[in-house]
Amino acid sequence: MGTVVQFENVGLRYGTGSETLSDISFSLRDGGFYFLTGPSGAGKTSLLRMIYLSQRPSRGLIRLFGEDMVTLPRERLPGFRRRVGMVFQDFRLIPHLSAYDNIALPLRVGGTPERDIEKPVNEMLDWIGLTARASARPATLSGGEQQRVAIARAVIGRPEILVADEPTGNVDPDMAARLLHLFENLNRLGTTLVVATHDLHLLSRVGNATMIKLDGGRLSDPTGLLRYPPKREGRA
Amino acid sequence: MFGFLRASPFERRLLPEGRTAGPIPWMIAILMFLTVLAMAAGLAIGQATSTLDSDIAGKLTVQLPEPNARLRNGQITALETELGKITAVSKIDRLDDRELATLLDPWLGEDAQSADLPIPALIDLTLAKNTPETVAQVRATVKAVAPAARVDSHADWLAPLSGLLSALGWLATGLVVLMAAATAAAVVMAARSAIDTHRETIDIMHLMGATDVQIARLFQRRIALDSLFGGLVGLSIGLATLVIIGGRVGDIGSELLGSAAINWWGWLMIFLLPLAAAGLAMIVARLTVTTTLSKIL
Repeated sequence: MGTVVQFENVGLRYGTGSETLSDISFSLRDGGFYFLTGPSGAGKTSLLRMIYLSQRPSRGLIRLFGEDMVTLPRERLPGFRRRVGMVFQDFRLIPHLSAYDNIALPLRVGGTPERDIEKPVNEMLDWIGLTARASARPATLSGGEQQRVAIARAVIGRPEILVADEPTGNVDPDMAARLLHLFENLNRLGTTLVVATHDLHLLSRVGNATMIKLDGGRLSDPTGLLRYPPKREGRA
Repeated sequence: MFGFLRASPFERRLLPEGRTAGPIPWMIAILMFLTVLAMAAGLAIGQATSTLDSDIAGKLTVQLPEPNARLRNGQITALETELGKITAVSKIDRLDDRELATLLDPWLGEDAQSADLPIPALIDLTLAKNTPETVAQVRATVKAVAPAARVDSHADWLAPLSGLLSALGWLATGLVVLMAAATAAAVVMAARSAIDTHRETIDIMHLMGATDVQIARLFQRRIALDSLFGGLVGLSIGLATLVIIGGRVGDIGSELLGSAAINWWGWLMIFLLPLAAAGLAMIVARLTVTTTLSKIL
């Protein structure tokens, strides 16, 4: 399997402050399932932002699908962003659009003809159990429903990488289990998953996942790839 | 032709819009009203200047101040003969006594027709070829026949008025350009304000892979429609104002003001102003949005 994401000595600094992330080096293989974990403030969201091309590093090299993202001309970024799906911690649904329109957004941005949008969006609504709420705006949906809409929006374009930031933070255990099942299904279909989470229970439920652990803005293991559960914790 | 103004229902939902909600359409309506007046004034003045110039171009008047009627008539005959030999002089028109009396009537009344009042003879000349050399040739001929005679060029008489009209025409053109610049500035402010209002939507679209041009299209269409709406409102009020002013000018009965008409292509330009404003707004909005977005990753 090829490498879809590669970080080499990446550092990130906001403004003139100290580095939020330092000397980050790791690679993600195509079709892998990765958990990104670490305490609050460890830099998980910052690292994800660089993967989904919302942030360039202050130093180091980032390769996505084999292309150098640090020097990539800005006008070529959209093409790569369409290959990465995101589930944000705060969902980031467009408040004045319905659930249907929010889910359809990546297809419309990607230029899918209107006649080819209705079927996949309805299937997605059915899949997340929100068909009856297709025309509801985010403000009228519960946190869990918004979360599901955000996930449906992230996966409808069949991204090659799906990045999820604390996807189970706002849902009950049952829904968390369903989401995890959904992620595993997507992973089986070939999507590379990167899930940032605090939830150790979640980590233990995916046997073949790899854990990337951040602590104080650095990878806790310089090799970057740790199998979960980490062997040194005796949970092989 | 107006494809750029069409948007899908989704695009309309993506950027919620209320045509008359913001100040921009009304600001553009005011600017358009002033532009219509300035352009109409510029076109009318241009027409008046053109009419005046064509009326006085190549026109000369020979004034014979000889008080002795017999001598005066002899000089007139000699002048008509000699001037007729100049090929560049196309028309020689002597004003008879009745015409002179009519001209002087407003100032002298019935005395203008008195035989005791020495009135200079006037000969109007029209030149087929209005060059300084021709005028000099006419002056030399007149001086040779009647040394006391004076040759007046109509263009010299009316040069100050023609200059004033020309300056007013340029002023009107300058005002139209300034209005266009003010419209562009208003659009820049509107585009920036719209970007700030919809920043979250823009960020999300960017992360979904939307290009700057895709996003700019949403804004440029909306701003172009706002400008078209404001332009049509301003045009309507401007046209109503022109109709009222036109009526007042007609009541004055002035020949000069009466010549300040607007021809068909002038009206066409005025009627196309809202479309021009929409086009200008669209281009400015696109440039503003793409420039602003280029500063975001």
